Amino acid sequence: MSRLTHVDLRVPFLHKMLKNPVMPASGCFSFGEEMRQFYDLNLLGAIVVKATTLDERQGNPTPRIAETPAGMLNAIGLQNPGVQAVLAHELPRLKDFRTLPVIVNVAGTAIEDYVEVVKALNSSEVVSMLELNISCPNVKCGGIQFGTDPMMASEMVKAIKAVSHFPVIVKLSPNVTDIVSMALAVEEAGADAISLINTLIGMQIDLEKRRPLLANGIGGLSGPAVKPVAVRMVYEVSQKVHVPVIGIGGIRTGEDAIEFLMAGASAVQVGTANFTDPYACPTIIEQMEAWCKEHGVAKVEQLIGAAWRK
Amino acid sequence: MSLVKVLSQRPIADQLFSITIESPSDLRKGYEPGQFLHFRITDSFDFTLRRPLSICKVDLKKRQITVVYRASGEGTRRLSRLLPGEQVDVIGPLGHGFPMHDEDQHAILIGGGIGVPPMVELGRQLRNRQMKITSVVGFASKRQAILLDELAEFGDVIVLSQDGSIGEEGLVTDALTEALCADASRFYACGPTPMLKAVKETMQIHNVPGYLSLEERMGCGIGICVGCVHPIERDQKVTNRKTCKEGPVFLAQEVVFS
Repeated sequence: MSRLTHVDLRVPFLHKMLKNPVMPASGCFSFGEEMRQFYDLNLLGAIVVKATTLDERQGNPTPRIAETPAGMLNAIGLQNPGVQAVLAHELPRLKDFRTLPVIVNVAGTAIEDYVEVVKALNSSEVVSMLELNISCPNVKCGGIQFGTDPMMASEMVKAIKAVSHFPVIVKLSPNVTDIVSMALAVEEAGADAISLINTLIGMQIDLEKRRPLLANGIGGLSGPAVKPVAVRMVYEVSQKVHVPVIGIGGIRTGEDAIEFLMAGASAVQVGTANFTDPYACPTIIEQMEAWCKEHGVAKVEQLIGAAWRK
Repeated sequence: MSLVKVLSQRPIADQLFSITIESPSDLRKGYEPGQFLHFRITDSFDFTLRRPLSICKVDLKKRQITVVYRASGEGTRRLSRLLPGEQVDVIGPLGHGFPMHDEDQHAILIGGGIGVPPMVELGRQLRNRQMKITSVVGFASKRQAILLDELAEFGDVIVLSQDGSIGEEGLVTDALTEALCADASRFYACGPTPMLKAVKETMQIHNVPGYLSLEERMGCGIGICVGCVHPIERDQKVTNRKTCKEGPVFLAQEVVFS
């Protein structure tokens, strides 16, 4: 196999051409402002900002974070300044990155809240897509409830699609018995794309205090530890649905990202790796390019679904 | 981010280590006592989170920086095995450190356990401003006592221990008497949360303003994960603020304890 000098990293996604398939995962990038000091965000395929709710949320009490083997638990609880503050202060700062789609992750506790957030975001010139968070494990009410019941998920997606001016990506929870039926339900309800997986519900016990370490008790497990679960779910879902799939779960290297493409993802999101190394996203993009050169892959798009049953 | 060389490392007390590394390049842009460096444990992703360790001593001329930390978990124990000549991945200095006020006459530095190390660099900088300095430090026992000689260079050091094995038996607040605080301009405190709460209440009674360096479990250290928040009251509104980015040092009067 000859070593290539140029690789086309572009992938088509929802009527846009992403310059590469790598974007940060929501909640692992805040609203972009902190990451700008580390690298030029224009290197990314897209920007995905933190979950935004109708009203300001203070989130859960601390501790909110625990390290686990090759991973971590978090129970942030959707702390964010609310959609009006996001529109007024956070999104305008992303105007400098016109070459990238900006994806806003939308969260809430009731369908009406989600609808109000989407209506407010409709006026934004910065936003180009929405990601519907129906899979947050860390809020008492809502969130994951919608993500674990196909009927409720379907109702939610229909309500959002009825008002949204933007394409809607639906982010699925892995905490279900049958991920394919969830994916089919949201696709049928009108989802333009599916992203998966959100975190797996987990717990760690503080031995000294003899109680769960996280103040919230349970938290979402992320990081390399969850990657095989995520790859399996992307592999299963992407072969059953017709909409594009974004792969998420423990990606830390270019090879991990390529594994997700082969499993059937059209793009990937990088979450926890940003905490270990703020330069994770640009490093992964470089490594993908190097891998493709090494393996004679001229267009990264050709790898999507390469591992599907033949 | 910088890959820097480890220059020396040694145990200084029970489970406590002092590591000196080359200064990360960002340090040359300036730093404040009370800021921290974010250490990656290994170059793999097996340890997901970095460890925030506060700056203890800086030698700008030699371009060296020392941090003192407790190796109580798997990650910090791994860090404690780094040898001179090996490289370590460090981000920082990060966060907001202790503000210093040139008009102050007498500063009280209050450290509890692993909250003592940042007081050394703070003491050095305050002494350079010709300030009278009193250090009040508390430890569980003599086996954990650290940095007493360093603090003694700046002024009186009052030592307390919970078991009475070094200094007076008691807590740091026992030493924060009216007499000590009479001419105090300001206090600076770092230590476990119950200590900070007690210090805040005591110093409020003595009417001495000051700063608290908060201890919360950190994730990213750069403000993106929102894991390490603490309730802070400003303009009569309590908001969860990121201790890594907006702290770890806050005005004592703003810090809300439950």
